Amino acid sequence: MLLRRMRGADEIAHLITLIAAATLLLITVLLVYQLWVLSAEARHKFGWSFFVTKTWDPVAGDFGALPFIYGTLLTSVVALALAVPLGVGGAIFLAELAPPKLSSSLTFVSDLLAAVPSVIYGLLGVFLLVPIMRTTVQPALKKTLGFLPLFQGPAYGIGFLTAGIVLAIMIVPFVLSVSREVLLAVARDQREAALALGATKWESTWKVVVPAARIGIFGSVFLALARALGETMAVTMVIGNNPKIAASLFSPGYSIAAVLANEFSEATGNLYLSALIELGLVLFLLTFVLNGLARLLILVTTARGSGVLPT
Amino acid sequence: MSARLIWRKALNVTMLSLTGLCALLTVSALFFILGYLMWNGGKDLSWNFFTRLPAPVGEIGGGMANAILGTLKLMVLAALIGVPIGLLGGVYLAEFGGRTVPFLVRYTADLLNGVPSIIIGIFAYALVVMPMHHFSTLAGGFALGIMVIPTVLRNTESFLRGVPSSLREGSFALGANKWRMVATVVLPAASRGILTGVLLALARVAGETAPLLFTAFGNRYWSPGWMQPTSSLPVIIYTYATGPYEDWHQQAWAAGLVLLGLVLVTNILVRAFLTRGTSFERS
Repeated sequence: MLLRRMRGADEIAHLITLIAAATLLLITVLLVYQLWVLSAEARHKFGWSFFVTKTWDPVAGDFGALPFIYGTLLTSVVALALAVPLGVGGAIFLAELAPPKLSSSLTFVSDLLAAVPSVIYGLLGVFLLVPIMRTTVQPALKKTLGFLPLFQGPAYGIGFLTAGIVLAIMIVPFVLSVSREVLLAVARDQREAALALGATKWESTWKVVVPAARIGIFGSVFLALARALGETMAVTMVIGNNPKIAASLFSPGYSIAAVLANEFSEATGNLYLSALIELGLVLFLLTFVLNGLARLLILVTTARGSGVLPT
Repeated sequence: MSARLIWRKALNVTMLSLTGLCALLTVSALFFILGYLMWNGGKDLSWNFFTRLPAPVGEIGGGMANAILGTLKLMVLAALIGVPIGLLGGVYLAEFGGRTVPFLVRYTADLLNGVPSIIIGIFAYALVVMPMHHFSTLAGGFALGIMVIPTVLRNTESFLRGVPSSLREGSFALGANKWRMVATVVLPAASRGILTGVLLALARVAGETAPLLFTAFGNRYWSPGWMQPTSSLPVIIYTYATGPYEDWHQQAWAAGLVLLGLVLVTNILVRAFLTRGTSFERS
């Protein structure tokens, strides 16, 4: 009798925890469902042309996603171009060179940096970076690299480049800490073998360790890219919020997350709202695919290396 | 020494110093941000800042007491919604799960963790704001609570897995049934780690702005109860920083300093004190 009651209690506990775990699944399914259903009106009205239309005119009821997709991708690419060398370089230092104590305290600081709220980056972006860009960086770039279409046009301070730089600062800690992990997962024998063959420290790192951790480093880059694509506040505050497509990085633009932040609560009319939600759906799918890919890549490298983890 | 060797050695030193520079640059960003915020916001922090409502534009004084209280209320809601689900879900994964369901849950948790916060805002808007027809503290807390779940769940699971199986076997041997073993032996053993995860997750969402923009919205006054729109620190920083008035900008710096202080202090305290001796695997 007592035994049966004990088993019953176990089953209840099992059931309760299962419900909690299932809630997570339910939330996620519901999230996708809501995005899909609420964007129905825009999806039906515009179809695939939503993705290639350049106009965004809430008054006329004309909605196209292209300027936002363009802005989202462009700022993220700029951010990656700046953040990946910095992050991977820093990770190499932390994993290969720094003494363990220094390495772990620097990683601690980098983790703290990752915890800084994005609105703080936006605040610094608006009041510190934008003026510097306008008066110093953009004129200098124009003078030296002005022959490239990327660096032409008036220097407003705000725009794709500024947003990209703010994003870069925000995603460096992610690249750094994940890359460090995968570099540390490379077997010590590999390093020693390279050094024994007469390689310098740099040669062993660059030609042996980094290639061995290559896939995981790609994973960290995808993870950072997914972050950058969905980043809202800092970008909204410095990108200029102007739905246009320009080759110049100095030009003001717009991103998916930024247009959602700015216009969602003011959207009048169902079509406007559902066009915004369709943008949200696009953003969701982009980050979904990238995150999945990133996790797979990181899993592959750390699983391959984990059998021979240096202890 | 041959020229080739000199070149290789020079390259070695240059590249290695460059990697050091990369690490230094990254790390120094934090100190720069903190210093810059203190420089700009420190002088505006006063007693009034923490106790008064925002003053009308142009008037001197005024504070952000409603935003601070709003953020606290949102945190309470986020914890109430997110922590039980995350915690129990984590217990399921570590103690009760079979094979396919835990894999699915784990994967979904990682996926949900990577969803941009503004999308979570849309979700809360659709689920809470639309049926109620107005913005509310509840909707904001709901959005933040959802963001808390995956982190708490994954953390709880990993710390429960760190509890040595000898502890489980011991309590079984003493005649405990499973839920009793989990509740009185395994959970207490992992409690510090789990608490760490909870506090870090809450510190993370405390700084979230995007999911609050169209859920908790904003409020110039106090927000009584849970069904009214409320002000919050991150949203007010955004509003004030992008607003046209000089004294708003000043207030934004001060609020930024308070928010950053809150997040960093929580992170440092939690990581420094609570993570000590939590991981069984390492010892």
